[in-house]
Amino acid sequence: MNTQLKTTMPDFNAYPDARGRFGSFGGRYVPETLVPALDRLQEGVRRYLVDADFQAELVSELKTWAGRPTPLTRAHTLSKRWGAEVWLKREDMAHTGAHKINNALGQTLLAKRLGAKRIIAETGAGQHGVASAAAAARMGMPCVIYMGAVDVERQSPNVGRMRLMGAEVVSVTSGDKTLRAAIDEALRDWVSDPNGTYYSLGSALGPHPYPYLVRELQSVIGKEARAQIQLQAGGLPDVAVACVGGGSNAIGLFHPFVNDAGVQLLGIEAGGRGSGLGDNAATLTFGSPGVLHGTYSMLLQDKFGQVQETHSVSAGLDYPGVGPEHALLQSCGRATYESANDEETLEALMECAKYEGILSAIETAHALVGARRYARANPGSRILIGFSGRGDKDMPILQRTVLKDLL
Amino acid sequence: MASHESISIAINAARAKGRTALVGFLTAGFPSRATFRKNLLAVAQCCDVVEIGVPFSDPMADGTTIQRASAAALLDGVTLPWILDELRALQPRTGAPLLLMSYLNPLLAFGLDLLPQAAHAAGVSGFIVPDLPYEESDDLKTALNEAKIALVQMVTPVTQEDRLKKLCAGAQGFIYAVTMTGTTGKAVDVPDDALEYMQRVKRAASIPVCAGFGIRSRAQVDRLGACVDGVIVGSALVEILERNEDPQPFLKSLVGEPV
Repeated sequence: MNTQLKTTMPDFNAYPDARGRFGSFGGRYVPETLVPALDRLQEGVRRYLVDADFQAELVSELKTWAGRPTPLTRAHTLSKRWGAEVWLKREDMAHTGAHKINNALGQTLLAKRLGAKRIIAETGAGQHGVASAAAAARMGMPCVIYMGAVDVERQSPNVGRMRLMGAEVVSVTSGDKTLRAAIDEALRDWVSDPNGTYYSLGSALGPHPYPYLVRELQSVIGKEARAQIQLQAGGLPDVAVACVGGGSNAIGLFHPFVNDAGVQLLGIEAGGRGSGLGDNAATLTFGSPGVLHGTYSMLLQDKFGQVQETHSVSAGLDYPGVGPEHALLQSCGRATYESANDEETLEALMECAKYEGILSAIETAHALVGARRYARANPGSRILIGFSGRGDKDMPILQRTVLKDLL
Repeated sequence: MASHESISIAINAARAKGRTALVGFLTAGFPSRATFRKNLLAVAQCCDVVEIGVPFSDPMADGTTIQRASAAALLDGVTLPWILDELRALQPRTGAPLLLMSYLNPLLAFGLDLLPQAAHAAGVSGFIVPDLPYEESDDLKTALNEAKIALVQMVTPVTQEDRLKKLCAGAQGFIYAVTMTGTTGKAVDVPDDALEYMQRVKRAASIPVCAGFGIRSRAQVDRLGACVDGVIVGSALVEILERNEDPQPFLKSLVGEPV
């Protein structure tokens, strides 16, 4: 199947098109007030992403402040236990503990060049909030983070980190009180001050050009991993696996491999507690096409087009939409998407902590479940896991779940 | 009469009588499904055009009042098919043209192939879709126009002159001039630069212009009425309906004879 990839697949570098489309997905569905701001952003992206000075500053900050390149670690014990060759791309080693810093830093540098006076951002697990707060502090810009009240509670260590770095954290009590409501509220803030405020969106979704901008900034993950695995393992992986909420770490890992016909791409969504509407956040697995937060993509919605509340043990995946490029990769068969439920995810987290000495974020542990499943079905294969973040932030929920059971 | 022209005719008729046209907004099925038609008729008696909000789970352009109304209506089971059923059953028919204000996704879920005929049968003359910018509006506009239903275009204070001309050139029904950068419902004073912006819109437009977002008082209406053809009152009206009060005294106080 994979050998035919080149002849049957579209040219993925052609996306997004001029209208911000990834095939039929993507676009720009926003109030008229935001159109000039998005036009300015698009022009800024066109100008600065290829600008030598911008790239030099980004690369230097990524290296000396954010700790890139992150290592590629051979997971010896997991390899043995799963009967495969398992490699971890260690985004948990990046500054602030997750891949989110790649995007937050890049967008903050861009905001500064565009003359913005303040940065706003939404956050679910708090990782994009912490990364945005850190980048804003580094660049000397005021920062406001919108975070659902439910997430403020379940990811409380991150709230303190944001505040210590000078950000104002707004607890959002409207809507579902999680990531989706936080994005709604950030958009309302931006609509109120589209000229002075820069909205640093945390995932590869939202109106054009965000899915493209975030993908470009996160592709550093896949670019590094692609070079590292060839050097350290002697070749490309059989599969690249990543967890998918909005999908920024997954697209960052996948995109540099998208034209490698022999590399399968496997995204793992939050299966929550079951397949019913409201029991999971597995948008590509259970959703249907629709428009949310400015983009046409897959959505968890009822038959009347009302977006549904989601459930996941991981705040960072607890989102009813997904980036439009994943919808394209799924629809043309280039990537496949499965889900991992809460229970098997927590088991995988414990397995990795115990046997590799690495505590993953709960989000990341979904990818571990997918990788283990793949290993069992494909013994001896070489598996690259996008190890998106570390689990320190999850201690409150781990105390209440797996640690309680251990006592 | 093509229903799509009925909107501008209604606004111009109010203008011909020497007053500012009034567009009243209510969220469908709020505060209860049982009172929807009664409230709609009461609002329609005092307004030249009525805008009916289709509740949506993620109303990103709306302030707290309409967020609250939308959430309550959804909890109560309000759907677009229910709204269209209610409108078909409306007796007496209102003189004021009816518009549906809906975010795009409920319309996509209904089906753009089925929507125009269903809306036409329900007596709907136009749609306002706050998350559908001009560049993405072709499919819906073409579909609605086949049933002679208008797609109303919004413009804002940050819309640049060349874009304003483009948006006005394709506009139908009336131009919805958003008074400020922000969400619905926050009371706005009407500073001089807002009036200058309204005059710019008026100059670019060949159909009536109505100003909306944050309209709550006679003083605002009088100031805006000097520049535009009508005003849209939403959150303030929804708050009155929420308290189960008669909306007519408030609506009359905005544009009618001084009490």
